[in-house]
Amino acid sequence: MIRLSGLRKSFGPKLVLDGVDLEIRGGETMVVIGQSGSGKSVLLKLLIGILAPDAGAIEIDGTDVAPLRGDARQAVTRKFGMLFQGAALFDSMTVAQNVAFGLERYGRLTPAETAARVKDCLAKVGLAGIEGLMPHELSGGMKKRVGLARAIAYRPEIILYDEPSTGIDPIRADAINELILLLQREMGVTSIVITHDMVSAAKVADRIAMLYEGRIVACGTPGEIERSPNAVVQQFIHGRAEGPIRNW
Amino acid sequence: MSRLSLAALVRPFFIQLGEIAELGGLTLRNVFRKPWERKIFLQQLDEIGARTLPVVSLTAAFGGLVFGFQTYVGFHRYVGQGSEAYGGPIISLGLTKELIPILVGLMVAGRVGSSMAAQIGTMRITEQVDALFSLGADPNRYLVVPRTAAAFLMLPCLTLFGDLIGIIFGAIYNVGIMGVNGTVYVRNTLLYLQFWDVASGLTKAAVFGVIIAVVGCWQGLKTEGGAEGVGRATTRTVVIASISILIVNFFMSKFLPG
Repeated sequence: MIRLSGLRKSFGPKLVLDGVDLEIRGGETMVVIGQSGSGKSVLLKLLIGILAPDAGAIEIDGTDVAPLRGDARQAVTRKFGMLFQGAALFDSMTVAQNVAFGLERYGRLTPAETAARVKDCLAKVGLAGIEGLMPHELSGGMKKRVGLARAIAYRPEIILYDEPSTGIDPIRADAINELILLLQREMGVTSIVITHDMVSAAKVADRIAMLYEGRIVACGTPGEIERSPNAVVQQFIHGRAEGPIRNW
Repeated sequence: MSRLSLAALVRPFFIQLGEIAELGGLTLRNVFRKPWERKIFLQQLDEIGARTLPVVSLTAAFGGLVFGFQTYVGFHRYVGQGSEAYGGPIISLGLTKELIPILVGLMVAGRVGSSMAAQIGTMRITEQVDALFSLGADPNRYLVVPRTAAAFLMLPCLTLFGDLIGIIFGAIYNVGIMGVNGTVYVRNTLLYLQFWDVASGLTKAAVFGVIIAVVGCWQGLKTEGGAEGVGRATTRTVVIASISILIVNFFMSKFLPG
């Protein structure tokens, strides 16, 4: 289980997260929605340890990992796999080298076992046989799927998805949604999905939390969020320009 | 200028100096920690060393020729005809202690430092640096340590090679073209050029290597704002590294023995 309490993060004078409290249960898919620039990606980067919080606690299975630094923090990072918004594939490496990257650092596998795992992960995301291609030879959707294969290759317990459907067409976006559901079913992982795509959110979420002005203003099942009396939530999920959210 | 505006001018300089020192310190610590990114280190040895060799050869050859030419003119005009053969030690001394380390440093700053900043900067803005961290690779150990170690080792090698080329071309100009007595030229060169003259140039080159790599990686890692940001990082790397090389060279010339 992951518990965030009082999480704060600023960049210079700009306060991005202003006391985030959120609990994510083991094995569930939590979708965090919010406007662009509301701090959703920052939240993921705090969780995985790329950024350090200014204040607050990040409890993972009962241990506060926020104060950890260096190798101790990196050991916690092993529990996470992350799909980045633009996939963030290493452009000097082949697809196979990309997928094997985390595996070689986190895993204790022989080269043959690594190659087999790479093949297996690529097959899982529907991209069997593209091991030798370079990232620039892939479409946007394929890059995301390779990014996902890379994130699951070392079998993390928690997978973070940063805008998985952004920048790809609706059919490919739905294919990614199906993959998120498949991975949760097959691997039993805890997933945190950051998105502002309400179709994706409704499809993959066990629960949805809305981040607004640095705080979680609503959290519940997709049905509860749909019926939320909060005007901010209603404006966001229905995509209206008129409403309490004016900073667009 | 008021005290306030002076502080506003000086503060960013010290902040940046602090950032470089922090990155340099972290890199130095990580050099002695495992795991070592051997593959990246070997790639960087090739990139900084072998691939820079043609540029260094050309620079050193023309550096040697022009220095040989000016020394010849100097002796011929101010000391007298026949004295040009005594220019050999001066040419070798000037080349090995000053000219070649600086030329090599500036060439590598332009060719390799800018490429480091562009490569790491692009990785930064496309989240590849974050991806490294998430996949268990410390960005400092993966990106900065191999580049810095390779530059530290390769700059002296390039400089030594450049020394040789420069001295040969200085001799070619004097002996081959201007007809200076070759026996006296070579004998004087070997007599007066000391081991420490060459070694001090190589020491400088190693320091320049660290400066180039740390500045390039520092600029790359703090890149923001897309392609424009990458462009800014590469330009800044060349400017900051080149100026630092010239300043550090003066102080090393002043304080290194010999």
